[in-house]
Amino acid sequence: MNLLSSGPVRTHRIDVRGLTKKYGPATVVDNLSFTVEPGHVTGFLGPNGAGKSTTMKMILGLAAPTQGSATIGGLHYHDLPVPLVHVGALLDAGAVHGSRTAHDHLLALAASNGLPAGRVGAVLERTGLTSVARKHAGEFSLGMRQRLGIAAALLGDPGVLIFDEPVNGLDPEGIRWIRGFMRSLAREGRAVLVSSHLMSEMAQTADHLVVIGRGRLIADTSMTDFMAANSEGTSLVRCSEPAVFARMLTAAGATVRDGLESSLVVAGLTGAEIGRLAAYNDIVLSELAPQQASLEDAFMELTKDSLEYLGATS
Amino acid sequence: MSTLAEARSAASPEARHEARTTPFTRTLHTEWIKFRSLRSTWYTLAGLALAGLGITALGMGSVGAEYAGLTDAERLDWDPTSQSLTTYLVAQLIIGVLGILVVTSEYATGLIQTSLAATPRRHRLLAAKAVLVTVVAAVAGQTLMFASFFLGQAMLGTQGVPNASISDPGVLSAVVGGGVYLAAISLLALALGVILRATAGALATLVAIIFLIPGFAGLLPGWLGWLLDFWPTLGAAEVLATVPDPDYPAPWLNLAGMCLGVAATLAVAFVLFRRRDV
Repeated sequence: MNLLSSGPVRTHRIDVRGLTKKYGPATVVDNLSFTVEPGHVTGFLGPNGAGKSTTMKMILGLAAPTQGSATIGGLHYHDLPVPLVHVGALLDAGAVHGSRTAHDHLLALAASNGLPAGRVGAVLERTGLTSVARKHAGEFSLGMRQRLGIAAALLGDPGVLIFDEPVNGLDPEGIRWIRGFMRSLAREGRAVLVSSHLMSEMAQTADHLVVIGRGRLIADTSMTDFMAANSEGTSLVRCSEPAVFARMLTAAGATVRDGLESSLVVAGLTGAEIGRLAAYNDIVLSELAPQQASLEDAFMELTKDSLEYLGATS
Repeated sequence: MSTLAEARSAASPEARHEARTTPFTRTLHTEWIKFRSLRSTWYTLAGLALAGLGITALGMGSVGAEYAGLTDAERLDWDPTSQSLTTYLVAQLIIGVLGILVVTSEYATGLIQTSLAATPRRHRLLAAKAVLVTVVAAVAGQTLMFASFFLGQAMLGTQGVPNASISDPGVLSAVVGGGVYLAAISLLALALGVILRATAGALATLVAIIFLIPGFAGLLPGWLGWLLDFWPTLGAAEVLATVPDPDYPAPWLNLAGMCLGVAATLAVAFVLFRRRDV
């Protein structure tokens, strides 16, 4: 269901090619290339200071690349005639004037791109801010400011959305809302680029991963491939009779160890195989999940070098 | 959303809105919405009226006694117009704050990123801010100058001191000159805001320009003396006088010189605004 869009979404891809940014002797972004496809949530991962925000600023024309280019549908950002109908971005939720109302903030943005004033009401509605539209943004909680930032990004009904650490500092309810929201934006055919320094965050949201460290590309892969390559088939299992099922799993060739709260951590079998084994033996599974911890480990392993490098120089 | 509205917004927004407005008027409209939607804007303008006219009222209240004590020679230099416009001294600071905040409030909150993402043609954004600030300062400043003149003259009249009429020679020129002067200061303030990107720094610089340097003008080396002829509060403010000062036979030229300096500062601001990362 597309509550926001009244016409077909203008889909574009983001192409980052050889993007480099140097501040004096420091290379913050180093020959970075990747593509953000429509219809996907692309997770942009890296430790703090890896160059994620700088890359996003270069895509948006806020910072000038030292070398390389970032284009949206083949155009540089500043060549987009009406940028907000193509790209919506949330870089910093605090970036609103505290004594301006949510409504006026959005109205000014809408006017800058000649968008009809009715769009303001539409995006307030979609982000659940209608009741506080006439309140000053300074009175908003961080979660409400994030929503306001997302509302601003959606004003032009753009095909490309860029969010920088959108869940930072949010409560669980807000995090869940944003996750679901990004998924629904991608389902509508939009290209969604979301940065995070938390792997676990991306595991539940992204279809595709771009991992950077020290400004360099470390991985550019689909989430499924990343999981397959890095989670080594480890699954968390909760069931009615853990001791019995553990013996069955071992007999089937799996390696089983006890997890927290009488759960089992199973390696050597896929989730599907574990599920079939349980069904065949009438074991009731209450949980069967790929191990998030190992994803986080994989991410740490991938970015370890860049962290060490940063630690040594700073 | 109704079916009709749906059908309409299905058409390309670019085509629909570009036909109706130009990009510059859209940006200007945005700046106006931002400006009018802050309560501080209206508090500052109210403060301008209150302080501006308050100073005139206080200053003019005791002028009768002062005039009585003047010698005949001093009475020849009596300039009731200039007397009633000295409130410009404080008005230029308040109008300067307005000009600074139009830029620096966006840097302070980070809103500048959002503004530039919406209007990536940076010169267009800054030009819209400059036009808005100039128009507001010109209207507010000019209104204050006229109000202050009439209030001052009325108060002089009740004290039986020689006073001016707007139709007297040089009076209209002085009052209008005051408005132009204030508008130019607002642009200078805006440019300082862009260059320094922080309210405190820009305000300190503006205060140095309009108050400190005139205060220490005597310490300036001789070869820089010509600058003072065009400096705010000094030579450029001679436009507010109607009794010609032999040092400044053509005060509008002095004001024009200050405007050139403002234009040069603004040019620097445009170049920096375009080139800097935000």
